[in-house]
Amino acid sequence: MLAFIIRRLVQSIGVLLAVAFIAFAMFRFVGDPVNQIVSIEASAEERAQIRESLGLNDPFVVQFARYVGRAATLDFGISYQFRQPVTKLLGERMPATLELALVSAVFALVVGIPMGVYTALRRDSWLAKLFQAVSLVGVSLPTFLIGILLIYVFAVTLGWLPSFGRGEVVRLGDWWTTGFLTTSGLRALILPSITLGLFQMTLIMRLVRAEMLEVLRTDYIKFARARGLTRRAINFGHALKNTLVPVITITGLQLGSIIAFAIITETVFQWPGMGVLFLQAVQNVDIPIMAAYLLLIAFLFVVINLAVDLLYAVVDPRLKVTVRAA
Amino acid sequence: MPSVTQEEAKSPPPAAARRSPGWFARVMDHDLTASFLASRVTVLAALVTLALAVLALFAPLIAPYNPFDPAQVFLIDSLNPPRWLPAGDARFLLGTDDQGRDLFSAILYGLRVSLIIGVLGVLMAAAIGITLGLVAGYVGGRVDAVIMRIADVQLTFPAILIALLVDGVVHALLKGASREDTAFGVLVFSIGLSFWVQYARTIRGSTLVEKNKDYIQAARLVGLSPIVIMARHVLPNVIGPVLVILTINLGLAVITEATLSFLGVGLPPTQPSLGTLIRIGNDYLFSGEWWIVAFPGLTLAALVLAVNLLGDWLRDALNPKLR
Repeated sequence: MLAFIIRRLVQSIGVLLAVAFIAFAMFRFVGDPVNQIVSIEASAEERAQIRESLGLNDPFVVQFARYVGRAATLDFGISYQFRQPVTKLLGERMPATLELALVSAVFALVVGIPMGVYTALRRDSWLAKLFQAVSLVGVSLPTFLIGILLIYVFAVTLGWLPSFGRGEVVRLGDWWTTGFLTTSGLRALILPSITLGLFQMTLIMRLVRAEMLEVLRTDYIKFARARGLTRRAINFGHALKNTLVPVITITGLQLGSIIAFAIITETVFQWPGMGVLFLQAVQNVDIPIMAAYLLLIAFLFVVINLAVDLLYAVVDPRLKVTVRAA
Repeated sequence: MPSVTQEEAKSPPPAAARRSPGWFARVMDHDLTASFLASRVTVLAALVTLALAVLALFAPLIAPYNPFDPAQVFLIDSLNPPRWLPAGDARFLLGTDDQGRDLFSAILYGLRVSLIIGVLGVLMAAAIGITLGLVAGYVGGRVDAVIMRIADVQLTFPAILIALLVDGVVHALLKGASREDTAFGVLVFSIGLSFWVQYARTIRGSTLVEKNKDYIQAARLVGLSPIVIMARHVLPNVIGPVLVILTINLGLAVITEATLSFLGVGLPPTQPSLGTLIRIGNDYLFSGEWWIVAFPGLTLAALVLAVNLLGDWLRDALNPKLR
């Protein structure tokens, strides 16, 4: 077990280093960092001096090591656009994105699992067929189109919900702001989290349905029926419980992509999160922000991946035996 | 299946069938044709795809106006609602956008741009993926390890994020060139670099199997160079599954292009794709001009849904486990 954990850790660090390398290469070779700092009139000597003081004349490996060292202490440099530390900029916007991602994931689970169970148990009912059709549309419609549709119906036409922003936020501690504590904050969360969570919801629904259909065919379910257990106990106590392991894994892995996909949802709803910041950085070639965001997503993904792997080994005892092969 | 035998009886391949069966007979006889005709949804999806493709291909002939010709666009015509509404103008079937462009014509041209970028992007992804997959599988060893590790790392990021990054970096490298000249190529490039992994993995897997078969050993003994063996002998035997991935990825590529254009890093408003049109329309949603966003949105949704349905069907039809 310990060997497994260590090997996964080493792999994760390898992935992070590879991403850091890409981030650093962007940093170093896309545009000249010196030009971003000095004014246009700076003389050649001044440029050379700054170049030397920034360490841009050092060997590539040394520069890369320095970049990784700084990144490890959360120092990603200064944003070209805002002339502020990237860490501060990302930190300010992180709570908005994380809250949105969390609510979306919960929405996807809470709605997706019952829909999946229902479509598996009542395969031929019209409601199940409707769910299936909706899930197909949910997979095919681009996220931004769903967002626009929801805004048009619930904000423009009906006027029930706000169409942009986070509403009122409450400051917790030094840097965390939350929208969970005010009515307007909660109302502002509804449309964006549905938009962001819809794709994951359809994914979870299809997964639960497929897994349920598979499990319901197994012998132990037949045996449970033969024992005369109630339908409810069989479906939920025995069948559903066994489908949830893969569902939790997939949801965990999807959390990283929810945060990345938040770029689109945040743009549609003018949500003041990291995604909008990243998009602005792409439009204005603000490499420090782009690099930091890339590393952040990679880090989140690696941590989630590792956690899911470890959880898996704990939850499913069969894996402990086959872990060596994996 | 009865419906198929009927179909065959109705349209027997003329003359050619008596001798060696012609291509028509072979097509009609194939399992794929049978499963295709058996699924009504798939036939409908194919018809919709075909119709949209024809509309896109012949856009300059079908469109009543050329939305890029300043002589045909007047600001005074801007924000006209669709023809059937009371305030509608008979000249504009689906109304006009904020610059007075006929929306129907703009959608046709936009559809054309979206489809071309989607197809080129997917083809580029396939070309990169197939080449890397062949090399990784055939050469093996360290080359294989490096290519597949890159693929693994890339898989940790959603395609849209990669496309955004590539888009940003390439535009930064091409500083000086205006967005209007480069946007098209950059989009194809971003999509190509975002979607190659799946092809590489599939091709590598089948190349590993194929590589140890006798005919490859024979080719090696004859003294053919590895490149010739890969291109002439391995490739034709591993290319099959690529067709399915191509179809499934086309929908994704179209969505990716639309998303990038919607986010404002894709095509500029002067050469709009469907995504750009939706971006423009989104600004007018609150003032009640819903048609500018609705019709491009519907077209995009119909295109992606139809292509996805075709892809799903193809995957199931070619999957030997489900036969």
